[in-house]
Amino acid sequence: MPELGNNKIRDPKEQISSPSNFAPIDKTVAGVNRSHRFSQISSDHSMHPLLELTLARIREFVREPEAVFWVFVFPVLLAIALGIAFRNTGPMKIRVAVEVRTEVPRSIATQLMALLSHRNDIEAVLLSSEEAIRALQAGRVSLVLGNLQEPVVPERVARPDKIPPLHSWLEAVKVGDGFVYRYDSTRPESQVARLVVDDALQRALGRKDVAKVGDEEIVRLGARYIDFLIPGLIGLNLMGSGMWGLGFAVVQSRTRKLLKLLAATPMRRTHFLLSFMLSRLIFLVLEVAALVGFGWLAFRVSVHGSIFSLGMVSLVGAMTFASLGLLVAARPRTIEGVSGLMNLVMLPMWLLSGTFFSSSRFPEFLQPFIRMLPLTALNDALREIINEGLPLTSSLSEIAVMLVWGGVSFVLALRWFRWQ
Amino acid sequence: MLPANAKVSLGNPGQLALRCSALVKRYAGVVAVDGLQLEVGLGECFGLLGPNGAGKTTTLEILEGLTIPDSGIVEVLGSRWGKGHDHTLRERLAVQLQETQFSERLTVLETICLFRSFYKYGRNPSDIIQLVELGEKSNSRVGKLSGGQKHRLALACALVNDPEVLFLDEPTTGLDPQAKLKVWELVGKFRSQGGTILLTTHYMEEAERLCDRVAIMDHGKIIALDTPDALVESLGADQIVEFSLEGSVDDRTLCQLPGVRSVNNCEGRYLLTVFHIGDALTALLSEVERHDAKLIGLTTHEASLEDVFVNLTGRRLRDA
Repeated sequence: MPELGNNKIRDPKEQISSPSNFAPIDKTVAGVNRSHRFSQISSDHSMHPLLELTLARIREFVREPEAVFWVFVFPVLLAIALGIAFRNTGPMKIRVAVEVRTEVPRSIATQLMALLSHRNDIEAVLLSSEEAIRALQAGRVSLVLGNLQEPVVPERVARPDKIPPLHSWLEAVKVGDGFVYRYDSTRPESQVARLVVDDALQRALGRKDVAKVGDEEIVRLGARYIDFLIPGLIGLNLMGSGMWGLGFAVVQSRTRKLLKLLAATPMRRTHFLLSFMLSRLIFLVLEVAALVGFGWLAFRVSVHGSIFSLGMVSLVGAMTFASLGLLVAARPRTIEGVSGLMNLVMLPMWLLSGTFFSSSRFPEFLQPFIRMLPLTALNDALREIINEGLPLTSSLSEIAVMLVWGGVSFVLALRWFRWQ
Repeated sequence: MLPANAKVSLGNPGQLALRCSALVKRYAGVVAVDGLQLEVGLGECFGLLGPNGAGKTTTLEILEGLTIPDSGIVEVLGSRWGKGHDHTLRERLAVQLQETQFSERLTVLETICLFRSFYKYGRNPSDIIQLVELGEKSNSRVGKLSGGQKHRLALACALVNDPEVLFLDEPTTGLDPQAKLKVWELVGKFRSQGGTILLTTHYMEEAERLCDRVAIMDHGKIIALDTPDALVESLGADQIVEFSLEGSVDDRTLCQLPGVRSVNNCEGRYLLTVFHIGDALTALLSEVERHDAKLIGLTTHEASLEDVFVNLTGRRLRDA
């Protein structure tokens, strides 16, 4: 489409208030034939600015390996680490230390350890008194079996080379001072250890159960820690990538004076801000898919609700945090400045919004505040869909909380945005 | 010298591209622009020359519609900023800022296409890449470009809408001589095709080479305005004698030497504006001898805009 520039039509309104000696709008009248300047003036070569801006955002992101790592790889690594740490592989073993004293033959402690270890829910180790206390303090064992008595049995005098049998020692315990359980009663695992170890020893000493009981184990998928964790990680990741991704990109453009240059072009300012939101849409799908897919493959965490609901809630969440990120980045002139603000905004949500443990553990008076946080709303909605399989309509209040945060943030960001 | 009287308009006389009058801009109590008056004709290349902090960039940004002046009138292509035509006005202008860094992860072509998309009308991105001679770098990341290539990319982004007015803020600062020449060549091409240019610089050579008219700015005011040649001529001299002294000679005595028009003393360095170099040098040597002083580092050069600035302000451009 050559020579189109000659017919450049400018808005006649522009000439309002122009003094007579001002340049006419068309350059050909100004004595310079515009057609000589450029061979081709086109209006059809380029895409919509919003599309170009969004493409630029996406290119900038995928060409930055660090960003890709933090957004996609890091959350999966976190899920692996936490999933392994809190994995439910049968009942947890109770770890007990059996104290070794010089007055007591080591064989007694060894046999005692073997007796406890015979039960497959107990893992016993032999430790000296000091080591045992240290292990208890560090949480490596839950209970120390201490104050072991010297067996007072005739065989030992008669045949010093013979190993004193355990039952003779146990007999001695019955008549002597017994033994001592050392543990911290505020620790639930220690309380359990106390009960289980005592039960094992008392039975070995001949205690009989009076009632007949049976055990029936129920393992339900969807109620494990990893089931709780995966939706929380999705929420946390949507917050982090939305806020950091946008915040840094915006403030970097500002320090590089790119924003100022853009402000000097006819680019629509809303297009610029919207391009950040749109680019987030693309990555949102990948981010959520990475964590959901990983959760399923590695831990069989399944999405009980519909994929559509999951998509909608993730979308609203991502847009909310993108807006919040724009708002936080609206004014700061330096990367340090925006980092501080980001942390200030995100830290309360890291702590309170129930990513790693339920937010119901916080005191009652904090609950209304916690429920108003956008990450709480996102995490709750994600859990309702992924874990409980509820329909989207049951998450309406959470979605409303997010929409309010997102909408207000976007409007304020647009108004307060510093271009220079 | 009254700048308003020294109205030498080139390009298209009578038709103005830019006009501002009684322009004032203060930053935290400091007056950056102090009652500035300026008219730039269509097709003219106009230079704002002055030291750092003279108010050049502020003036430029006011005309670009990026900074709102405290008072005064600004008209760009007949329109005023903030009257609802900003968007259409920006379609016709091009801006190159000092030290803009484009996104390093985009390629040259992607960056130009991005800027092209903001304008309704404009040039084909691949044509503009050829124009600024970045054809081979078309698919290179911006982060891999040299300083000169980045400057040319900035020019490409500015020229992509086929603008009528081009604003350049120190277009060659920090460039090596060869890169500088390429930028000048591009600006010259735009100028020769009828474009209007307003540029700031603190390089004398740049102003003398590119500009039809030059306004010398200091402390937010225009202290001289004319064609580069006329400004140099206004010194009434064609040579500058520059030297330092060990010992002292009275400034007034120097001024009264034959062939000398004026004397400036910049921190111990004397600058004599002379209209007859032979007479002046002979007289200077005997005068120095008479005072038992010693000449150090004597040089002479042809008068330039730099000397105009020194003559007007008593300071050098670079250290001012």
